[in-house]
Amino acid sequence: MSRHIEVEITVNGRRSKRSIDARTLLVHYIREHERLTGTHVGCDTSNCGACTLLLDGESVKSCTLLAVQADGGTITTIEGVRGPYNGFSAVQEGFRQCHGLQCGYCTPGMVMAATGLIAERDGQITDAEIRTGLEGNLCRCTGYEMIVRSVRWAIDNPAE
Amino acid sequence: MSLVGAKVLRKEDPRLLSGTGQFVDDLSPTGCAFASFVMSSEAHARIASIDVRDALAIEGVRGVYTAADFADFPDLPGGLPDLERPLLARNIVRFVGEPVAVVVADDRYIAADAAQAVIVGYEPLPVMVSIAQATAVGAMPLHSSHGSNVVTVVPMLNDLERELDRCDMRANLHVVNQRCVAVPIEPVACLADWAPGGLTVWATVQAPHHLRNYLATWLDVPQSRCRVIAPDVGGGFGAKIPWYPELFAAPIMSKWLRRPVKFAQTRSEAMVQMSPGRDQEHELDIGFDRDGRIKALRVVITQNLGAYPDPTGLGLAVLTSWMAAGAYRIADVQTSFRTVTTNTTPVAAYRGAGRPEAAYSIERLVDLVARRTGIDPAEVRRRNFIPPSAFPYETHNEPVVYDSADFPAALAECQRLMDYDALREEQVQRRKDPTKPLLGIGLSCWLEIAGFGPNGSLEGFGHLASWESAQVRIQPDGSVIIFAGSSPHGQGHETTFAQIAADELGISFDRIEVRTGDTATVLQGIGTMGSRGVPTSGSAVKIASARVLTKAKKIAAHLLEASEHDLEVSDDAFNVRGSPGKNVSWSSVAWSSVQPLTLPPELQAGSLEERLFHESPNFSYPSGAYGCVVEIDRETGDVSVRDMVIVDDCGTVINPLLAEGQVHGGVAQGIAQALYETMLYEPATGQPITSNLLDYLVPSAAEMPDYVSGRIVTLCPNNPLGAKGIGESGAVGAPAAVINAVVDALSEFGVEHIDMPATPEKVWKLMQGGAA
Repeated sequence: MSRHIEVEITVNGRRSKRSIDARTLLVHYIREHERLTGTHVGCDTSNCGACTLLLDGESVKSCTLLAVQADGGTITTIEGVRGPYNGFSAVQEGFRQCHGLQCGYCTPGMVMAATGLIAERDGQITDAEIRTGLEGNLCRCTGYEMIVRSVRWAIDNPAE
Repeated sequence: MSLVGAKVLRKEDPRLLSGTGQFVDDLSPTGCAFASFVMSSEAHARIASIDVRDALAIEGVRGVYTAADFADFPDLPGGLPDLERPLLARNIVRFVGEPVAVVVADDRYIAADAAQAVIVGYEPLPVMVSIAQATAVGAMPLHSSHGSNVVTVVPMLNDLERELDRCDMRANLHVVNQRCVAVPIEPVACLADWAPGGLTVWATVQAPHHLRNYLATWLDVPQSRCRVIAPDVGGGFGAKIPWYPELFAAPIMSKWLRRPVKFAQTRSEAMVQMSPGRDQEHELDIGFDRDGRIKALRVVITQNLGAYPDPTGLGLAVLTSWMAAGAYRIADVQTSFRTVTTNTTPVAAYRGAGRPEAAYSIERLVDLVARRTGIDPAEVRRRNFIPPSAFPYETHNEPVVYDSADFPAALAECQRLMDYDALREEQVQRRKDPTKPLLGIGLSCWLEIAGFGPNGSLEGFGHLASWESAQVRIQPDGSVIIFAGSSPHGQGHETTFAQIAADELGISFDRIEVRTGDTATVLQGIGTMGSRGVPTSGSAVKIASARVLTKAKKIAAHLLEASEHDLEVSDDAFNVRGSPGKNVSWSSVAWSSVQPLTLPPELQAGSLEERLFHESPNFSYPSGAYGCVVEIDRETGDVSVRDMVIVDDCGTVINPLLAEGQVHGGVAQGIAQALYETMLYEPATGQPITSNLLDYLVPSAAEMPDYVSGRIVTLCPNNPLGAKGIGESGAVGAPAAVINAVVDALSEFGVEHIDMPATPEKVWKLMQGGAA
């Protein structure tokens, strides 16, 4: 019942060609074929956003895409995020400074969604817009205020 | 400078922020197979047939197993006689989601295909999902050998009718504390590897030693060859304490197939398999005088246990009974409870576990007293508070002696932060303007029982004991490894325990590492639950560190040719008081500690290590005063939280940043219980209605407010840190504050109560004068 298909996807700057089961979800491609396990799975209805990554610069939920839909695309996962704060980006450092994470399971997805959001808005964004901008990402630990503060920290301390 | 009390950034964060954390499903050893469980599609039925032929025929399937294959293994441990839970359903299924069979395949896709291909024939039996259905006359017992769906009954000594009648006024309230699901963003996962050298199980658990103890016995392997590891765990909130059948089946299948076997729940599986919490109904009666003074309280609790009594599920109502009177001095208090099985997922702990239910009911009642007497709710609370001078305070239940609190101060601080009087004035103005949303103000002056550490306190919930362990080891270079028995899942033990040890030892925070969650390396442990991490394991770290320091001072004194009593330690060095410059570094002392030739004669090599099982003489009682302001849309009934003021008293705060984070998360869950979340079943069929995150409304950042935090501190006298615990506070205190605000807003419609969640539909109906 499975059909294999070839995909060529660039992940964190490295292009790979792989033959995969055609029904492979992008998140499983990343986790199980690329062995990049920072991208997580938290639901099966596209509600939680733990699987969020950047596809061609935009944040997407990788549990909702087939890997074949990313064929030819360029992906950045949490492992590919870099910046000037001891290697961390402003968003990562903001989460560290503002205690924007507890168990850390939703965190990679939250960081990727926030990274995409800030880029999309070019940093011009209110706290209320941060909240609505992240409504596709669920966190059960923080109650969200410290995540909002974390994103605000990143906006106020942009990595040049 | 003391690190305890400082906003220290977390040691955990760099790995979790870079995607290099290690959660169970991240592990994929060579040859790892994947298990998928066939879940019952029926709530109550006899299993007529199971046909696994199609599943076995799928390429890549390694095995398909049913209860018959596990016949040599007993039912899961910890159950009550006649009510034990089988590993896989045997003959009868008792809830939707109960595992009926399991397949193991080369990958998760094939496993899912094969699970779909297993054909189970069911003969339906009567379905009972509610307490009313399960206790109706003639209701079929879920467990025929038990003969009734009522499992335990604890009656009251006196029905209090006389005391209630003697009061100027009395009131009755029926309260439903609905079933909620914990929804840690990481569902349950496990990886079992039964290798020739022994069994290793990586599992998403809050209490790895607890699982190890019972798993080894159940499998009949020595604990020395049964290692359980909780790596990074993606939240728990109580739902990762229980034993799930998956955790017991995976090791056996690994043994059979001679390869590692992994299982990772999907969310839809998790919604019906992970234990939910709450699900109590309360019949409440309160007697009070016209001046608002409460004289008598009667609380009758019924607990929905789900299909199989879980040891924690059985104990929830005990905790609710204990905490029934909350922060108030009430002359006559009586409680009773019974527990009932139903065709639903077994109920166990969810953040607060029995205490949110108590806090909610008493805080709802106090507001009802205010309504009936016409006295402001804050004033009614003040008139009934246990005064600060009355602690330690013996309650209506002998084991429960409140340690310390200052309820009037907490309420005053909450009212100050809310600007309570201005809010009441705003409300008066608002009521004159029907174009604006309704405004409601709610208070909750809650307290809970936490810090589960006294001997006997966790044994009743099926745990080995109630101590918690710490092992503090100085390495030869003066760096420190601490092994803590309490295994975290987001709480930040690596940070807070290092702060505690840094202060005691005088060693830099950066040179202290905390290890948890591995039964092969951590001495022994009980687990992280009941807001006990800091009060129990943190106290163990403090005492063990102090003992290490005492010995280190002997070595330092020997090296310095000084008296150990003249030494003080700071900045990684031992200094002789009054002799500037006369000092020896911690690393030199540590180095000497493993060189017998440089040691004082009374010490042996390797003596800079201490292990401790810390026992607590009593529980701790975190408390607080929360205030909530809601606005309700007059057209739609939609409730939004405008202000949430949270004043906590958790005694000593180790790290204010982490403490605030704990409260925020708990408050969010409390608001969610009050407004959004409920696990619903279709009453006739027992089919779950809210069985994924589309239907079960875990709120996002867009729904949650900013929080205004305050704090008062009364120290816990029952542990050396003075800490009470903070993990559950928010979830205990918030629901009543929100619902009291909603009812306050709706008071102009004559509404005195609304059951949670206060959905727009229910609120709208009440505004139309109907029943919710």
